[in-house]
Amino acid sequence: MARHGGGMRGVENEDQIELTKEQQKEVRARSLKLLFSLIRPVKLRLVLSFVVVIVSQAFRVVGPMLIAFAIDTALPAAIKNDMTPLWLSVGAYLFAAVATGSLISFFLRFAAKVNQDVLFDLRNRVFVHTQKLSLEFHEKYTSGRVIARQTSDLDAIKELLDSGSSELIAGVLYMIFTAVALVLLDLPSFAILMLSLIPLAFLTRWFQKNTRLNYRKTRVASAKLIIQFVETMTGIRAVKAFRKEKRNQEVYQELTEEYRKVNAKVIQLFGIYDPGLISIARVAVAMILLVGGLRVIDGSIGIGVVTAAILYSRRFYDPMEGLAMFYNAYQSASSALEKISGVLEEEPTVEEAANPTPLTEPKGHLEFKDVEFHYSNGITVLKPFNLNIPAGQTVALVGTTGAGKSTLAKLVSRFYDPTHGNLELDEIDLRQISDVELRRAIVMVTQEAYLFSGTVAENIALGKPDSTEDQIIEAAKAVGVHEFIMSMPEGYNTDVAKRGGRVSAGQRQLISFARAFIADPAVLILDEATASLDIPSERMVQHGLKTLLNGRTSIIIAHRLSTISIADRVLVMEHGEVIEDDTPAKLIAGSGKFAKMHKAWRDSLI
Amino acid sequence: MSKQGTPATLLRIFPYAKSALPRIALGMLAALGGHMLALTIPQVLRDLINGLKNIGTVEALLPLVFIVLGLGLLEAVMVLLRRWLVLTPGTHVEAGMRAKLYAKLQDLPVAFHDKWPSGQLLSRATGDLSLIRRWLSFGLVLLVANGITLIVGFVILIGFNLTLGIIYFAISVPIWVIGFNFEKKYHTTARLSQDQAGDLATSVEQSVHGIRVLKAFGRGDHAAGKFATDALRLRGTELKKAGLIGNLWLYLILIPEFAVGISLFIGIGLVADGQMSVGTLVAFLATTTVLRWPTESIGFLLSMTIDATSAVQRFFEVIDAPVDITDPEHPRAVAVSKGRLEFKDVHFKYPDAAPESPDLLDGINLVLEPGESVALIGVTGCGKTTLTALATRLYEVTGGSITLDGVDIRELTRDDLRSNIAMAFEDATLFSSTVRENVLLGRPDASDADLDQALEIAQAKFAYDLPDGLDTTIGEEGMSLSGGQRQRLALARAVAAAPAVLVLDDPLSALDVDTEAMVEDALRTVLTATTALIVAHRPSTVQLADKVALMQNGKITAFGLHSELIAVNDHYRFVISSLDAAGNQISVEDEVN
Repeated sequence: MARHGGGMRGVENEDQIELTKEQQKEVRARSLKLLFSLIRPVKLRLVLSFVVVIVSQAFRVVGPMLIAFAIDTALPAAIKNDMTPLWLSVGAYLFAAVATGSLISFFLRFAAKVNQDVLFDLRNRVFVHTQKLSLEFHEKYTSGRVIARQTSDLDAIKELLDSGSSELIAGVLYMIFTAVALVLLDLPSFAILMLSLIPLAFLTRWFQKNTRLNYRKTRVASAKLIIQFVETMTGIRAVKAFRKEKRNQEVYQELTEEYRKVNAKVIQLFGIYDPGLISIARVAVAMILLVGGLRVIDGSIGIGVVTAAILYSRRFYDPMEGLAMFYNAYQSASSALEKISGVLEEEPTVEEAANPTPLTEPKGHLEFKDVEFHYSNGITVLKPFNLNIPAGQTVALVGTTGAGKSTLAKLVSRFYDPTHGNLELDEIDLRQISDVELRRAIVMVTQEAYLFSGTVAENIALGKPDSTEDQIIEAAKAVGVHEFIMSMPEGYNTDVAKRGGRVSAGQRQLISFARAFIADPAVLILDEATASLDIPSERMVQHGLKTLLNGRTSIIIAHRLSTISIADRVLVMEHGEVIEDDTPAKLIAGSGKFAKMHKAWRDSLI
Repeated sequence: MSKQGTPATLLRIFPYAKSALPRIALGMLAALGGHMLALTIPQVLRDLINGLKNIGTVEALLPLVFIVLGLGLLEAVMVLLRRWLVLTPGTHVEAGMRAKLYAKLQDLPVAFHDKWPSGQLLSRATGDLSLIRRWLSFGLVLLVANGITLIVGFVILIGFNLTLGIIYFAISVPIWVIGFNFEKKYHTTARLSQDQAGDLATSVEQSVHGIRVLKAFGRGDHAAGKFATDALRLRGTELKKAGLIGNLWLYLILIPEFAVGISLFIGIGLVADGQMSVGTLVAFLATTTVLRWPTESIGFLLSMTIDATSAVQRFFEVIDAPVDITDPEHPRAVAVSKGRLEFKDVHFKYPDAAPESPDLLDGINLVLEPGESVALIGVTGCGKTTLTALATRLYEVTGGSITLDGVDIRELTRDDLRSNIAMAFEDATLFSSTVRENVLLGRPDASDADLDQALEIAQAKFAYDLPDGLDTTIGEEGMSLSGGQRQRLALARAVAAAPAVLVLDDPLSALDVDTEAMVEDALRTVLTATTALIVAHRPSTVQLADKVALMQNGKITAFGLHSELIAVNDHYRFVISSLDAAGNQISVEDEVN
């Protein structure tokens, strides 16, 4: 599990537990950078909240002094029937109490706002960033991990924020003041206090080293747990159908135990650190008592000094437990930050143009110039080729699975960029077009018709968020799904169940078709978008397609050649190459691959 | 949502926490011991310091130092004990509940999963359970220890001076009223925030699983906007929580301080009147300072307890969900099924369908004789997929029955039933493991030869050419495969299970014409011996089957040979045929005419 060496850029080697010095440095630098960038916008408010805490603590400290005053001064006065000092001191005490209470109450609300703003900022950043990352990233990173980063890792950071950074500042200040007072009072006692910091430093170093590794382990273990959970729940039908429950349960229980173990480990570490801290503090007090007592015996200092020194040194350690808890939460959050900052560091391999060339009225002329595509593992999918698709042409792509049809479609929709050569829309390289304009101009519908939770209307409107109800209905009618939608309990306002459970695969495809219809792009790509349709629906769609494709460039990938009858041109692909390219009529009349495929398909019809 | 109160709800985790309770109780004792030390240490320290005056020799000093050291270390030991006692059992409780939740979720029928977004389930399995663990090993322990400390403290106060003690106590009473009110208000908000966190997890889940659609339409911004709205809503609820907590704290600080202030005022009066000594007043006030933390801690302990309560509620919402598809008490066994599958007057309606709506399946009668294969034909959405899901009890019939070899499938264990009937779904779900494990999911003990044969039949021999051959990890955690490749592996999986009955839901939709033809040829050999129910959209798939069943309006309206139906049945022709009598393709225009 723990491999040494290797880069740490982005999510690379993410599950590695032990890091080399350089890796450690790299990872810490990027986590801190993220942390600072999160804090920057709330800097002023953070300072204000520190001030509020300090003032409220000051009012708190005043309390005992007022009690002392009441007993030392107001009591003798009261015995002499002078009640003024008593009224004064009790009045001041109550005032201090009101001030402390309101300030702390205010602080809690105020700090919550600052924390929530930071959290909101981070949540959005991660969400937007993962959306921006290319498909290539998502395909290898897995959905479970993306979810883990955005749920359990963010929770760890939330806990840090909740544990209160402002109290940390107040605690540190309190310790500094106490230490200064001790310097002025009695140097030897101060020296003992400082000496006690040495074992403390060792203890802290031990804690830090161990928790860092173990917290990193908890992040990895928790992500694994989430991945397994998500995979089970999204594939529950197959799990049940193939009786995978028991095996799943074994795996999950093992992962749960692994997570429990590392989690218990970090908690135990803190369970040693905290009493360790208390022990050091108590030993220091006893030492100060011993050294002070010895000096009292030889008469070099008075009892009052020893008394004060002991009280101060006890107080010095008071905020320590709070600090330790904060530090613990920080360790946990920082390993979450390591992971999140890694994801944020990932750059989309398909980058958006910095200075995009405007594409005001896309016509849909596509040109592939010497385009080649291979995966990062070197496997070539598309051999270098040139291809010109004039605006408005309907092109059918046919060929066996794995011939490269989908890859070609993904290049046009810029899910990937060509590894060599360029691909132009209306003479502009796709890489020079802004995302918004590109997505408006080119839309792809795939076989996998994902429905989001929400109403049918919302799912169709995804193609064009500002569309009117009429437009939505028009789109549904065009692809022949209107009647089905109207048969649902609440028509267009019916909530589609999770993953479109209640909508048949064919209907789902029709809805996603309506989505494309309403988007009204200059270039439309249909990648096996009709595979699950039955023949009547297909007929309906084809009818709609004729209107839809009119005046639009379109690329249709379909195994069923019925869809291809409306194409102006057919490209037959094999092993990453276009081997035939002509009008359907000419190809059918010839003796090539397409002619054979077409005949086989014709024969299958009834 | 459960109407139970906080204590009653929390008590429900007793069975899960039972084994941890002795150690938790001991942990409470340790915490209490620590608090009691804290109550005495200042006094002891003061006495010791006063005693310093009389010390003249080192021999007299050393015992004092040892007492201070001893007490201090004892305090540390108490903390160590508390943490050591409580923390490990807490993690066991959490892990136990997590495993139980997962097991329950796997047991719950598909209809439950249709209803529950997976983000909500995930947030229950992660955030909620860790909250419960922290409450159990931290919140509960301190709640009890601090509560007892407060009671002891009050007793001590009353022991110092009855009048003053009662006054202090009386002024503190509103804290309990405020705490009670807080509990009521905070409860709803805490629950809301957890539900919203679940919604947010759902948004994340959907944005990841729907990434291709969002990218294809360039709607990443739109999704982000929606996510931001959800996140903003959660932020609002969290702020509302913080507002309530801030409010509570105001009183938690104010009321004890007022009690101290007024006790001080009256106390000095009492001392001035000679009814109380100064020493007692000082001791009284010193004790109130020690009680400060236990009082203030009520704030976060209360909110933590309520957070934990709604987490427990959310946990039990899943645990209490009825599993209405269960194994029979006395299951019957089908040793070697012959594979006669019969649907007898089967009715089905989804549980969340409108009550007045007609049954989706409205009296299905269909018999598949052993070895017979039947193609199920009908327009999209007519219930074909639902019917296939009934055969393996992914959903339960709402009327009528399904029998396998004459035995009602409800009288078989689900395991038994599902090992006799294997399915291939239209959306091919592969799991993150090797090709081998994925394909042999239904029959892990199959030989390599069986595996090879299954791959051969499904035309999935490409798997041998993957980087690590059949040991290549696929699924999400591994190599991404094309839709056609996934579908062929899913088909191979169904075939490899060597079931008595094969249920295939449009199993070849993602295949190209050539591959489809090859798969069909190979499948025919399997289908001669296996009963099969095949949902088909294409004529080529229909021809795999011996017979054809036509579904219409929730019934089987025609059953017979393809050649018979095509000749006499208009609806059948409408559904399956693309050609008119003259052999030309039918278009919608023709139909309209």
